[in-house]
Amino acid sequence: MTDNILEMRNISKEFPGVKALSEVNLTVRDGEIHAICGENGAGKSTLMKVLSGVYPHGSYTGEIHFEGNEARFGSINDSEDAGVVIIHQELALVPHLTVAENIFLGNEVRGRGGLIDWNAANHKAKTLMNRVGLHENPVTPVGQLGVGKQQLIEIAKALSKDVRLLILDEPTAALNDSDSDHLLSLLKGLQKEGITSIMISHKLGEIERVADRTTIIRDGKTIETIVMSDPDSTQDRIIRGMVGRDLEHRYPERIDHTIGEELLRVVDWTVHHPTQPNRVMVDHANFYVREGEVVGIAGLMGAGRTELAMSIFGRTYGRDTSGQVLKRGEPISTKSVSEAINNGIAYATEDRKKYGLNLIEDIRRNISAAALKKLSSRGFINGHEELSIAEAYRNSMNIKTPSVLQLAGNLSGGNQQKVVLSKWMYTDADVMILDEPTRGIDVGAKYEIYTIVNSLAAQGKGVVVISSELPELLGTCDRIYTLAFGRITGCLTAEEATPEALMTLMTQDKEAASDNDADAKEQDR
Amino acid sequence: MTGISNVRELLTRNLRQSGIFVAFVAIVALFTILTDGTLLSPTNLTNIVLQYSYILVLAIGMVIVIIGGHIDLSVGSVAALAGAVSAVLVIREGVPWWVGVLAGITVGLLAGAWQGFWVAFVGIPAFITTLAGMLLFRGLTFRVLDNISLSPFPPEYAKIATGFQNGLLGGDGYDVFTLVIFGFAVAGYVFTQIRARRAAVAYEQTVAATPLFITKLVAVAAVVMWFAWQLANSRGLPNVLIILAVLIIVYTIVTTRTVFGRHVYAIGGNLTAATLSGVKVKWVNFGIMLNMGLLAGVAGVIFSSRTNGAQPAAGNLFELDAIAASFIGGAAVTGGVGRVSGAIVGGLIMAVMSNGMQLMGVDQSIQQVVKGLVLLLAVAFDVWNKKRAGAR
Repeated sequence: MTDNILEMRNISKEFPGVKALSEVNLTVRDGEIHAICGENGAGKSTLMKVLSGVYPHGSYTGEIHFEGNEARFGSINDSEDAGVVIIHQELALVPHLTVAENIFLGNEVRGRGGLIDWNAANHKAKTLMNRVGLHENPVTPVGQLGVGKQQLIEIAKALSKDVRLLILDEPTAALNDSDSDHLLSLLKGLQKEGITSIMISHKLGEIERVADRTTIIRDGKTIETIVMSDPDSTQDRIIRGMVGRDLEHRYPERIDHTIGEELLRVVDWTVHHPTQPNRVMVDHANFYVREGEVVGIAGLMGAGRTELAMSIFGRTYGRDTSGQVLKRGEPISTKSVSEAINNGIAYATEDRKKYGLNLIEDIRRNISAAALKKLSSRGFINGHEELSIAEAYRNSMNIKTPSVLQLAGNLSGGNQQKVVLSKWMYTDADVMILDEPTRGIDVGAKYEIYTIVNSLAAQGKGVVVISSELPELLGTCDRIYTLAFGRITGCLTAEEATPEALMTLMTQDKEAASDNDADAKEQDR
Repeated sequence: MTGISNVRELLTRNLRQSGIFVAFVAIVALFTILTDGTLLSPTNLTNIVLQYSYILVLAIGMVIVIIGGHIDLSVGSVAALAGAVSAVLVIREGVPWWVGVLAGITVGLLAGAWQGFWVAFVGIPAFITTLAGMLLFRGLTFRVLDNISLSPFPPEYAKIATGFQNGLLGGDGYDVFTLVIFGFAVAGYVFTQIRARRAAVAYEQTVAATPLFITKLVAVAAVVMWFAWQLANSRGLPNVLIILAVLIIVYTIVTTRTVFGRHVYAIGGNLTAATLSGVKVKWVNFGIMLNMGLLAGVAGVIFSSRTNGAQPAAGNLFELDAIAASFIGGAAVTGGVGRVSGAIVGGLIMAVMSNGMQLMGVDQSIQQVVKGLVLLLAVAFDVWNKKRAGAR
């Protein structure tokens, strides 16, 4: 009889061109809370998808043993039948249905004649809700409840399926402090009832508080599993495990490296969530970028990086935005995208397929999309010039395609990103904000993108790189701001910055963050 | 990398666009056989043009609406209202015929601006806005006409849709003017095709092999001149054909060569990407609906001229024919894809089918069934084609 509820042995999973997991081992003991830590893209979520059957048996290599037997889950239904339930970061609740309807969705309480017995369902729901400490009427529509309570409904839903192993993907990312607190106590409570949990989290404080053991994953490999009661298991040790890798030869050398006058300064920038006006997504952020400078913004998932960038770029995110944007010391308006573009600001999105490109249009027209003004007179587009400009960028940016008349959707990730960069370079922007410029791109293409970033800086442009890969920021930036929970928690120069120092600032909780914010402002002046 | 592609490659690569022309030829051939050649007789060809011109005008606007990712259900009602206002002014109030024309077009523009406001600036989906518009403008039509039909228009007005240019340059039994105009059109077509091909070669793009290219030009020229000959032997050049040709040329340029046209494709293809590229999405949407209103006004004037009066129920279900024409012509249900030329061919397919079945004396009910099935199959083909492209 083993006391391991779960053993995942030598799990490898490949996507076209990318090895997401290689020989990962994970052992979870019966009745423990097991935390999984790693940078964004390290492979945590992929591992959990393998475990829960999202990636069915056969699409990965390796073995999963659950409660002593080899498990071959072909779908989420299989894993749920076995008692493995995953709660994703984006909650999967239907807002217009009631709490009880959501809890039993797909698993309805049948009465006589196959009809749903709502009285029994609501009663059962109430019992489950009490178990998770949710004191609401089971017939309340879920949409009327806050995110914290919705998270509890997800757990109640899991309990209704007789869960043995509960997997939570960043359960507290969207929660405020008191909701997080409640959730963590609940996990401890469920542990006493014999439910094992796996928790993916970036918040090291939380992990120290609830986890019995922590497995650190980096670049699709298991680094180590540490016992949290061991006095050596400090946050520093986890951070070292998450970031440590060699930085050499991945980044091109910077040449022509002169930093000039201040180009753009953002002052006291505050943004609220678009549908939950009380949630502050960016809180009095201050930063600046100079000519020829590459500035990084580091932050974990949910820190407010994209929110910060998009709210500056034509208020394309959030509401009740306040603060000032200064260009070369003069206040400018960036209330609409065209104003932002006219003021020389460009923003390349983190999700180029969804937000950056028109995939059913050709490369040529994607490149010209943001600067048709330059190509047209009296509303008529100069097609010949458009084509020759697209050709020029194809050559200078090394976009690998047989023709610029190919659809953007046919290109590989790296080449799509080059199209996006070409599009923004053609707008003659002075400040380029690049959000996750190398996400989903293979190593060779990444190097090319870094070279482009360097050459943009060499041309005297200010480049802001938002990235969740610390080595990338360390390898390309002159200065790095850290962002945590919507606040700028620090600013380190390339010489000062180490992965450990950045990760410490990025995982800082709110009180510490506000202290540091004051320090950061001090440094700015 | 200059590539020369063969017929098969061309067809498979551009199945969505070229398939429609193949289908058109097949349908024409089918109905020519079924009607013992009556379909292609000079009189009948002229009739097809006269009968379906207003649907084609609407299809031009509709395909732009659909490329932008919207739909317009109100064009029949707007056309009816435009015709009604024009009729009231010209027939009842006795104003000059051209004032009626301008008034009808203005009504279309106002209706388009009204719907554009709700769609673009309030953010009501076009489906709902124009569903409301369909009821609203139909009601207003009844109101304006006091529930009765008005007729007849003065001859000048009626000539817009039923008149011909004939005998301007003489000719014995056939109209030389018609032939000359068509001759210029074919020359212009050949010239632009050759220039486009030269440019494509200069930019190292794949082009059709030379013999294939020449065959295509000769075939198109032959068909068009044969069509001109038939018209010249009948009543000459219909006025509506001139209006239609101008609109097709103008809107082909608008959709392919202007910033506005490009923005329509951009918002239909990826709304967020367009927004983040600085496209003023609200104004583009407003422009799309305004333009649809304008063309609905034009169609209303043409229809009232053709029927030589205004009826409260005029234009009923025009929207469905226009929408069907766009989709049969290769517009994508999700937006971002479509062509004016495709919509025109789509409209002609509908026209030839209706006309052919009428000639054969097929029952009205069966005609509806057939048209419904053709629309369904055309969109099914589009969906299948997309899946096939995705699978590669």
